[in-house]
Amino acid sequence: MAEPRTAVALISGGLDSLLAARVILDQGIRVEGVNFFTGFCVEGHTHAIRSRDRDRPKRNNALWVAEQLGIRLHLIDVSTDYKDVVLNPRHGYGHNLNPCLDCKGFMVGRAYAWMQEHGFDFVITGEVIGQRPMSQRRDTMPVIARESGAGDRLLRPLSAKLLPPTLPEREGWVERERLLDFSGRTRKPQMALAEHYGFRDYAQPAGGCCFLTDPRYAAKLADLWRARAARDYELDDIMLLKVGRHLRPRPHFKLIVAREEGENRFLEGYRKQFTNLTTVSHPGPLVLVDGEVSDGDLDLAARLTARFSQGRGSPRVRVAVARGGGEPRILEVAPLPAEEIPAEWYL
Amino acid sequence: MNRSVLDVRRLLCPLPVIRTQDRVRDLAPGERLEIRCTDPGVRHDIPAWCRMYGHRVIGIRETAGEIAITIEVVSDEGHR
Ligand code: SF4
Repeated sequence: MAEPRTAVALISGGLDSLLAARVILDQGIRVEGVNFFTGFCVEGHTHAIRSRDRDRPKRNNALWVAEQLGIRLHLIDVSTDYKDVVLNPRHGYGHNLNPCLDCKGFMVGRAYAWMQEHGFDFVITGEVIGQRPMSQRRDTMPVIARESGAGDRLLRPLSAKLLPPTLPEREGWVERERLLDFSGRTRKPQMALAEHYGFRDYAQPAGGCCFLTDPRYAAKLADLWRARAARDYELDDIMLLKVGRHLRPRPHFKLIVAREEGENRFLEGYRKQFTNLTTVSHPGPLVLVDGEVSDGDLDLAARLTARFSQGRGSPRVRVAVARGGGEPRILEVAPLPAEEIPAEWYL
Repeated sequence: MNRSVLDVRRLLCPLPVIRTQDRVRDLAPGERLEIRCTDPGVRHDIPAWCRMYGHRVIGIRETAGEIAITIEVVSDEGHR
């Protein structure tokens, strides 16, 4: 018997990519999945950090999807190369800092490269025409196929019948008739198909697959670029944007204030890299300072730290201040009254 | 028996799994790897990843805020 044809599936962890892969497996194609880590993935992070979310069952949805499908999944860290997508998107941004069209082109391009390297035949994605305003439109689908380099080796099983036949269809590797014609924002056909296959308990991310679609996250990232007068970031920067309360009392520094125990523990790991403050006379949060600060700035930072501690009602609070990795010294300060914290300080 | 350690403490999901996958690629069948983590998600994700490739989870040890998972590489097929 002839070797089965092979497809690499872009697995995001959501329902659409799960169904797309399932439909292709049904046609006797051997499928393996790839999942790309960009640094902005919603996956797990915040629940891994925040204690109050820790009781929820936590899993990586892409791994879960692959297990449901009985396929292998290759997790690939693309965070370094992805920077260029976020910083210089040719097609611009969506509502926030989400460069969806460039992002999709990049990911399909990486999947296509993987396909070539591993001798696979084609690439599949869970894209649906009209599902998303920027990347999944009838006129942008060919842009992704072209810019990724995948061309007509890119098959979108969920909308295939509404698109021109691709190589796998023309060659008869898959039967076009058994592909689908989903379009638009409705999720009903996907839910019905999930029911048909007996998939339950799948992830349904609201909004998008990554933090760049989140307005508050995007605002913090834009603030970071402004403050540093450079559009750039390191992995630690974008991780820290997901944690704590962020306040910028002066243009040249901001504070990251842990909101609870889990965040405290997470920020603990950054103590050596950042100037940090914590109250010693009262229970309170760990606070990191991002930026170069003078002693006067530290005084303000200490008063803010006291404000977020349980000593906020006391006249004096003792705060330990340590410059990245150095010995702490103690400052005794009056907590900053709430009315002296302008709303604009909160990012 | 050959046993190495991978320190992925402080890394958040899915990085611990990615680093494990990348390390296992260089190990031979029968070798063991202890993965030291802090993200509680690994309790689910590393065993799930091992099932996918047929590796064995030898044990999961938890101490204050840390999770150590020991796995045994069963085959190197599939890690290309
Ligand atoms: S939401 Fe994020 S991950 Fe999804 S396509 Fe847009 S930029 Fe890419």
